[in-house]
Amino acid sequence: MNKTIDHAELTAENEISIVNISRRGFLKDFALSGFVLAAGLPALTWADETATPTAQDKYGADAMPHGWVDNPLVFVAIADDGTVTIICHRSEMGQGVRTSLPMVVADELEANWLHVKVEQAPGNEVRFGNQDTDGSRSMRHFFMPMRRVGAAARQMLESAAAAQWQVPVHEVHAELHRVIHPATGRSLGYGDLAQAAAKLPVPARESLRLKTPADFRYIGKGQVGIYDGRDIVRGLGQYGIDTRLKDMLYAVVARPPVFGGKVASYDAKDALKVPGVIKVIELPSSPPPAEFNPLGGVAVIASNTWAAIQGRKALKIEWNKGPHGNYDSVVYKTELEAAARKPGKVVRNESDVEAALKTAAKRVEAEYYAPHLAQAPMEPPAATARIVNGHCEIWACTQAPQLSHDQVAKWLKLPAEKVTVHVTLLGGGFGRKSKPDYVIEAALLSKAMHGKPVKVTWTREDDLHHSYFHTVSVERLEAGLDDQGKPIAWLHRTVAPTISSTFGPDSKHQMPVELGMGVINVPYAIANLRIENPEAEAHTRIGWFRSVSNIPHAFAIQSFVAELAAAAGRDHKDFLLELIGLPRRIDPRTLGDNWNHGESPELYPIDTGRLRLVTETVADKAGWGLELPKGRGLGIAAHYSFVTYIAVVVEVAVSEDGILSIPCIDVAVDCGPQVNPERIRSQIEGACIMGVSLATLGEISFKDGAVVQDNFHQYQLTRMDDAPREIRVHLLPTTEFDTPLGGVGEPAVPPIAPALCNAIFAATGQRIRQLPIREQLRKN
Amino acid sequence: MTTLTINGKPRQIDLPEDTPLLWALRDHLGLTGTKFGCGMSLCGACTVHVDGEPTRACVTPVSSVVGKNIVTIEAIDQDAIGQKVQDAWLALGVPQCGYCQSGQIMAATALLQHNPNPSDADIDKAMSGNICRCGTYQRIRAAIKQAAGSKESNS
Repeated sequence: MNKTIDHAELTAENEISIVNISRRGFLKDFALSGFVLAAGLPALTWADETATPTAQDKYGADAMPHGWVDNPLVFVAIADDGTVTIICHRSEMGQGVRTSLPMVVADELEANWLHVKVEQAPGNEVRFGNQDTDGSRSMRHFFMPMRRVGAAARQMLESAAAAQWQVPVHEVHAELHRVIHPATGRSLGYGDLAQAAAKLPVPARESLRLKTPADFRYIGKGQVGIYDGRDIVRGLGQYGIDTRLKDMLYAVVARPPVFGGKVASYDAKDALKVPGVIKVIELPSSPPPAEFNPLGGVAVIASNTWAAIQGRKALKIEWNKGPHGNYDSVVYKTELEAAARKPGKVVRNESDVEAALKTAAKRVEAEYYAPHLAQAPMEPPAATARIVNGHCEIWACTQAPQLSHDQVAKWLKLPAEKVTVHVTLLGGGFGRKSKPDYVIEAALLSKAMHGKPVKVTWTREDDLHHSYFHTVSVERLEAGLDDQGKPIAWLHRTVAPTISSTFGPDSKHQMPVELGMGVINVPYAIANLRIENPEAEAHTRIGWFRSVSNIPHAFAIQSFVAELAAAAGRDHKDFLLELIGLPRRIDPRTLGDNWNHGESPELYPIDTGRLRLVTETVADKAGWGLELPKGRGLGIAAHYSFVTYIAVVVEVAVSEDGILSIPCIDVAVDCGPQVNPERIRSQIEGACIMGVSLATLGEISFKDGAVVQDNFHQYQLTRMDDAPREIRVHLLPTTEFDTPLGGVGEPAVPPIAPALCNAIFAATGQRIRQLPIREQLRKN
Repeated sequence: MTTLTINGKPRQIDLPEDTPLLWALRDHLGLTGTKFGCGMSLCGACTVHVDGEPTRACVTPVSSVVGKNIVTIEAIDQDAIGQKVQDAWLALGVPQCGYCQSGQIMAATALLQHNPNPSDADIDKAMSGNICRCGTYQRIRAAIKQAAGSKESNS
């Protein structure tokens, strides 16, 4: 491991960086707190201009709400003592964004990382640019804006020094927290220059001199330690659930067990007898669609969390179940299967798949089932609200600070400027914390308690019962092989309740975003191809789970390719490479994918050469083709998502009585330029565990409308003893930083389940078509 | 009023005696480093040391730990092994979101206090009660070995 630059080397007074955000003014005091480079803050026209995407710029960060901002006065402050404070406007949930984005600024700024402090932005997209921390796009969308922030601030410091020395600016340069005039040997520290630099105009974007990659100090090196690491290992990191305010009250909520249900009647008498319980409040339920609305129910307010939980247990509530009271996962699976066996809405069609199937030498068909999942971040949802003089302040672990802000303003009927959302650390998010229903609950309860601070804590049961669940799906594939074993026909029916059902009535078809996650944009060179999407009705809140619909799509397609290879009597890896075909750059629109993860089809075509290369690389690294002992097997899968190319080889060992273990996973990753390779590796390692977890254990099921699983004894997650013993991440080398970046947080999840199931097939001959694997391999 | 010995200091709390230690620490004493994850001793996020034994605070009534020596993550750096574990965690970049890491570090420190040179099987046994949803297990294993002074597998 490389030597890391660690903030532990700083002085004691600097050691608590984010921990006090619930107790002090935070960013609103930024311009007043003596950070001089930020003192010239009032005119924010630059930010406002860049915030609105133009008609021509409809991709990437430009297409996101409020776009991007690259004004150094918004993101950088330098104190007289030289401390550089950099704002992170994206939510930290384990991906390392509070390290990696400020590190980009610091690099271009030539700042010494040991003298950098990171502050978290509140929800304010007009000021900071888009803050929705999802879609694996923080670095992809903000690498260049953050470089410009750093470069602009550096040039202001250089100009200030040149002016002071009365020398041409091209004679000076910044180097590690100082500006130097080599000709005379003079130098000045950033702290000494900050006052003067702050008075200079921000350089025009065209005049910025970005570094060449050879001059990068931190970018691409992976030597900067996690910014919050020191706090985390000492228990000082402040997560949403850790917020403590003076006179704060603690709340838990009993929510309708069935989606769409509501309180019929309740009796709070016994709850109010529980020591510490202060009040019981009914929260209204909202009519469909679910949107981000709180579910309603009965809240118990108490003097501590435990009393609130005990009070909730003592509530007697009669629920109206509403229209989804019969939702039953066993029955629903048969409904999805029935739908998949009949023609559905055609979403892509090439030539004549029916005719080709008729002439095929061999036909192969298979159905795959993948259940609902809950994100289950280790920190369950939690939020705190307080209303003082008509101003609502929120502290929350949220992936969506601006959305939280807007929703609180809407529900409390407050003007936008009367709401502030402080973003804490997130104890995991995985998509759950993009939905601010729990934040709104806190705001409503604070209002009901006359503005007193109220913290709403979700228990694990709440989290598992009331997620915005990953969809449930049946994928049916049918293919025809010619007499050479070459695929000539491909018919895929994908059936799954859609995320759009959460936001609109009667949505029964997957939307382009979901179809674009590996099903419609399958890049294989097959002459006759049809993709259909039969209807599926949602009976719960469907949301996004790390890598979203890529999970069922990749599971089905990458398993099916292995089944076809077996039917053709071919080596799976060779067969997969032939299916990927020769290196070519495909415009995703020609595959019917007009979404393309929100990115420009010109900048981000589907590059089958890159997909080939990760496949060949991972096969090589994993020793594909070597003889393995009995009960062992290798499985491969390759999947493109979030504009990143990933291929995986999983090695399994299956004992004679069917106990599965995973000695090794190899992952080859082509995500374009690697800004923080160390955190990329950690994300890929984690994605492997999440992939194994959902493949082997993960399932949320419904009976009588309600979730069956209550806690981690029923919704099981992979633990250390069942985790892969070794995960080897192979980042494809890049030295160029002018090629577009790919996503990192999500794309390694989808190929894990199929690679694992393909390995099980190689080891045992048993084909897994239903997730999770759980006891399916057991012999007794 | 109950007196507990937490991180070497007497602390007074006024709570029903069946209140789990977790909530006494978090809500009454402001020691929020001990995390809530499940409330049923299933995930290990709330692990503290009670007389040197790793203990799930979420199912430990305060009445059961009166007179015992309770150590939380906030004071584990006062123990030489605890400090080594923290250093190894940072050196190997273990944490992702970090939420479960208090419990992981408490469990790992207890392991090394009892067994200075654990095998892979020992590590599995000691650490499998602690869930990490971010999936940092590989680095946790490596960091435990580094803290033990051995980077090689002992199994």
